[in-house]
Amino acid sequence: MRLAFPSPRRRRLALLAPAVAAVLVVSACGSGDDDSGEAAEKPTLTGNCAKYQEYAGYSGKTVTLYTSILDPEATSLQKSWAEFSECTGITIQYDGANDFEAQLPVRVQGGTAPDIALIPQPGLLKRMVQTGKAVEAPAKTKENVEKYWNEAWKNYATVDGKFYGAPMQSNFKSLVWYSPKAFAQAGYKVPTTWDEMMQLSDQIANSGQKPWCGGIGSGTATGWPATDWLEEIVLGKYGGEVYDKWVNHEIKFSDPEIQDALNILKNWYGNPKYVNGGFGDVKTIATTTFQDAGKPILEGKCWMLQQASFYGAQWPQGTKVGPDGDVFAFKLPAVDPSVKTPVLAAGEFVVAFSDRPEVQMVQNYLSTPEWHTSRIKVASGWTSANSGADKNAYTTEVDKLSAQFLTDPEATIRFDASDMMPAAVGAGAEWKEMTAMFGEGKSPADVGKAIDAAWPN
Amino acid sequence: MSVGAVEATKAQPVKKRHEPAVKAIRRSFSSPIASFLVILLSVVWTIPTFGLLVTSFRPEGDVASTGWWTVFTDPDLTLSNYQTVLFEATFGGGTTGLMPYVINSLAITIPGTIFPLVVASMAAYALAWVRFKGSDVLFFLIFALQVVPLQLALIPLLQLYSSGKIGGVQLFPESLQLTGSYWPVWLSHTMFAMPLAIFLLHNFISQLPREVMEAATVDGADHFRVFRTIVLPLAAPALASFAIFQFLWVWNDLLVGLTFAGGSQDVAPLTARLLQLSGSFGSRWHLLTAGAFVSIVVPLIVFFSLQRYFVRGLLAGSVKG
Amino acid sequence: MSGSTVLLADGTLSDFGTKFWEVLQALAIFLGVLALIFFAAGRAVGRISRPLTITVFLGPAILLIMIGLIVPAIRTIYLSTKNSDSTKGVGFDNYTWAFTNGDIQRVLINTLLWIVIAPVVTTVLGLAVALMVDRLKGQAIYKSLIFMPMAISFVGASIIWKFVYEARDPSQPQIGLLSQVAIALGWSHPPNWLLSIPLNTFLLMVIMVWTQTGFAMVVLAAAIRGIPADIVEAARVDGARGRKLLFKVTIPMIRSTLVVVLTTIMIMTLKIFDIVRTMTNGNFKTDVLANKMYSQSFVEFNNGRGSALAVILFLAVLPLVGYNIVQLRRERAIR
Repeated sequence: MRLAFPSPRRRRLALLAPAVAAVLVVSACGSGDDDSGEAAEKPTLTGNCAKYQEYAGYSGKTVTLYTSILDPEATSLQKSWAEFSECTGITIQYDGANDFEAQLPVRVQGGTAPDIALIPQPGLLKRMVQTGKAVEAPAKTKENVEKYWNEAWKNYATVDGKFYGAPMQSNFKSLVWYSPKAFAQAGYKVPTTWDEMMQLSDQIANSGQKPWCGGIGSGTATGWPATDWLEEIVLGKYGGEVYDKWVNHEIKFSDPEIQDALNILKNWYGNPKYVNGGFGDVKTIATTTFQDAGKPILEGKCWMLQQASFYGAQWPQGTKVGPDGDVFAFKLPAVDPSVKTPVLAAGEFVVAFSDRPEVQMVQNYLSTPEWHTSRIKVASGWTSANSGADKNAYTTEVDKLSAQFLTDPEATIRFDASDMMPAAVGAGAEWKEMTAMFGEGKSPADVGKAIDAAWPN
Repeated sequence: MSVGAVEATKAQPVKKRHEPAVKAIRRSFSSPIASFLVILLSVVWTIPTFGLLVTSFRPEGDVASTGWWTVFTDPDLTLSNYQTVLFEATFGGGTTGLMPYVINSLAITIPGTIFPLVVASMAAYALAWVRFKGSDVLFFLIFALQVVPLQLALIPLLQLYSSGKIGGVQLFPESLQLTGSYWPVWLSHTMFAMPLAIFLLHNFISQLPREVMEAATVDGADHFRVFRTIVLPLAAPALASFAIFQFLWVWNDLLVGLTFAGGSQDVAPLTARLLQLSGSFGSRWHLLTAGAFVSIVVPLIVFFSLQRYFVRGLLAGSVKG
Repeated sequence: MSGSTVLLADGTLSDFGTKFWEVLQALAIFLGVLALIFFAAGRAVGRISRPLTITVFLGPAILLIMIGLIVPAIRTIYLSTKNSDSTKGVGFDNYTWAFTNGDIQRVLINTLLWIVIAPVVTTVLGLAVALMVDRLKGQAIYKSLIFMPMAISFVGASIIWKFVYEARDPSQPQIGLLSQVAIALGWSHPPNWLLSIPLNTFLLMVIMVWTQTGFAMVVLAAAIRGIPADIVEAARVDGARGRKLLFKVTIPMIRSTLVVVLTTIMIMTLKIFDIVRTMTNGNFKTDVLANKMYSQSFVEFNNGRGSALAVILFLAVLPLVGYNIVQLRRERAIR
């Protein structure tokens, strides 16, 4: 059944010589969408749709949604709000784009901004707010965020005291994937501290194998997993305050703390004895795509992979993910045990560029625990930091584990730093320099200098 | 028409005179070595594309783990990539498949070829045969504008199409609202094609026989008539060649289509849709192999059916006897 | 799900119908308006006739060029003197940055390599093929095969070449053709192609050559056909054969076409960023000016620097354009 959404046709007039009226063909085929100025007569929703009552009254309207999320996750998202759409009659027109981070500013500046954009970087969010085209989140959304989310999340979407968007998905990044079966067979225990993890690595290395595998290849975003590694170390060794100063450029990449972190990284993922299990030498980290990075674990050629919770979707069909399965994940320990449960997270924020009532309805809906639960039920590999979302709805253990950490009130939660730094750094120099560090053997000192130089004037 | 007769007689001796020259050159290059080299080159040239074709029929797991040449010893082919590419749902739900985007691409490409062709040939004619002060300088200026990369125009043009204003000048009322139709992408493609189009067409048109042009003006025809009845027919090979290049260029274009028509299923071209097929983080690039082939089919058909026009050439010799 | 019914759903047919109609309407408006103007302007007599003619013929093109190219170009030059979000003026700082920054210096050198090597190789190869292919039976097929890469989009070309350049550890099965061939020829540890500096830049140029040679071949083949018989005959009577014929007669005769092909490809090379962007994203020291400009403006949102790089791009091409103009002028003088 084809969803009937009105076509955005507009009037078309000849461009040249309007005086040549004889040849003008004006095709005004509007199918009367938003211009119909209806009186808000709220219908009463019954039965299964009753729970959407507060969103009723905007049937027939379309809300455009622009995002970088493509299939297969895109289909899951659309399924998650299908019932909402059917019951309220509001159509959410999904537009997924590969080049989202580059296209959104172009669209916004060009005057063709979408109604809603799922923005994955607080840095980009800030930029969009600065253009003046983004609108503040509606009151109900703000209420929900204050009620169900850790304060850190609200702050990431707040610019100059104004709040702009509820978090959507929240990814938990501080995980290490491994094979419980392999560990059991070899008699290895899951490490709970950084030192234990390094000792385990040495143990494996000494037995003639490579303990770690990794890949930072990701097309035009190549390098981003390496920035995650660096962030884990900075957060895990120096804690939240230093991390925040780093994000603000008060602490620079060439300062001792970050240089130290880079060196630790060099001895971990840059260590020729430790990497790159199943692929080759250290340099292959730069060309192996992050999606392929974990495959050697299943082949027994590698033991551990540091990757986020969303990596769960990358395992081939049929892989059992669980504490007794083919693969599972343990929390990446803090480099310094005195830092309280460091949690590195990422996700998207639902930001609107229009204050039309139906747009607000969608924003409100997407901030409710009900929607988050609905999405959890659709497919695994998606986690939420909404404390009201039903944790029992998670179908995989990894997701449950992630959700626990994301909603932990005691954890030191920080958003991915490269998503918060200006794009010239976070989506530019940092990616390139980290890639150069692995692929060309660039030194931490040079990497630090280069990234600092890229900070915009 | 007297002009027509002149044209007919001109065509024949020209052809006859050139044949021996071509034969002479052929003779000096006639050797089995040359033939062998050409065949070898053609084969080597085609191997990469062949690799893509084979890969598009392989299952995802195989694509990531073994080379496509292993298909010959260990065949394991599937149509699933094509199936997903052609029929997978997209853009706001509902089962839509790939056809709407093929249609969009055609709808974008055909006017996107015709508009520049007409506008550029008019300009080329004027610069070549309507002698006026500064026509040379103007021509060189236009030629020089080839250097401007189109990325620079993305934002200003987007603003123009949605608000009617560019560079502070209100060109048309904001209520015209071109956004959402094909006009932004048609106009943009036309604009970007201008320098090269005018240059290539001018090269040909300016070399049309002077006598033919002069004979027509003596007959009392004004420029409009000359253009319509003489220049266009005579320039047909050049027009056809340029049309093919432009068609290929617009069909395969991604950036302009994405920026000016990327928004919805209503207007998005095939290239934009295919890019999305690669999935989040580009994890499904095995689908791109099938997608790439689907998008190649139309240009190949256009190319193979019209390729004899290339032989006539776009820059039909810069030397006339 | 039955695929075939989706493909031919009546939704598709009506969709096709509406859009086809839209296209026809647009073409009708366009050609109709044009025909009307031609008719009206053709009727004009007297002193207004010539200026009117010029306006009608040139007007649309000039208008489009102004809007689409000149205004953005001026805007870019203006933005290059401002900072990253265009709020403050910074004079020539962005240019200083470009020429003193090691990264950008590398980019400039790469770009120079690209515009020197790729067009020359393409043109020479195109010429060689044009000369050799004339002789053969079924030459249309060979010409078509060599031209075919031009019909493939850059996205398609990147995927195709991914399957050529992808390198895996020698202990693993290979999926890239080049590595497989290397190993088959006895090279036990072929390098990771795209990581090998500076080989990777040349390997990327191969993709460009592969795509553009067909264009050069086709244009040059036509030019060769245009050489008048008498000149060739005269040369042969003088005893010119083979290579001598080639260098003394053929090449000088098609000289201006050669120059045009060369410079057109050079300009194309300067502007194309897709290849570098999709194969390596400019990493591993392969970055070129057009890609860097795009990254600066659209990924890193630094309009000032991106615009400065664009202006440098313009300036780099101007000598080429200038040379071409001189050539054309000279040739015109002869005619």
